[in-house]
Amino acid sequence: MTRSFRKGPFIAYHLLQKIEKMNETGTKKPIKTWSRSSMIIPSMIGHTISVYNGKKHIPLFISDQIIGHKLGEFIPTRNFRSHIKSSDRRLKKK
Amino acid sequence: MVRFLGRDLANNKKIKYALTAIYGIGLSRAKEILEKAGLENVDKEGVRTKDLSDEDISNLRKVLEKDYQLEADLYRLTNLNIKRLMENGSIKGRRHRAGLPVRGQRTRTNGRTRRGGKKTVAGKNK
Repeated sequence: MTRSFRKGPFIAYHLLQKIEKMNETGTKKPIKTWSRSSMIIPSMIGHTISVYNGKKHIPLFISDQIIGHKLGEFIPTRNFRSHIKSSDRRLKKK
Repeated sequence: MVRFLGRDLANNKKIKYALTAIYGIGLSRAKEILEKAGLENVDKEGVRTKDLSDEDISNLRKVLEKDYQLEADLYRLTNLNIKRLMENGSIKGRRHRAGLPVRGQRTRTNGRTRRGGKKTVAGKNK
């Protein structure tokens, strides 16, 4: 079910505060955040937000194309590096 | 035979059900459309497609063309949405590109709809 419009988008308060502060002073510094479920809103455009993937923070540049999505949608939490090819496997045994 | 948006409607079905042959119209929308076209009574009496008057049909056509995205438009919209996901670097887009299930389903087993038929790998069950 979708979120009620009455509530507005969800953004972690600490994140929102930092963004607003930076917009006021005009500074741009990457923000670290653990809040993957925060919505990306227009006031974040041009900032870089480092989103936690469970291990470390991955910088994500906010462009206008990804507005309305959640931060976590762009930072994968799993890391899949293809399976070993059968030829490599034989080498491994030796 | 009535033709809307390049799709023929079944002659012998009641109009509400015949409309659902169009991509983008299910039962609830079919009902809504009939109401908008002022054909509630037609619906209640269970009139078949072949018994509709020309006026009814033109009314229906107006509603279909004005208020809804159906058939080709809808296909295009869906594809556009998927393309957008693929281009903005999201996980969902990545899943689409890899042809894997998008909504967090397991892939150890199942997911055959997205992944296609089974490919047997030798030496899997040791």
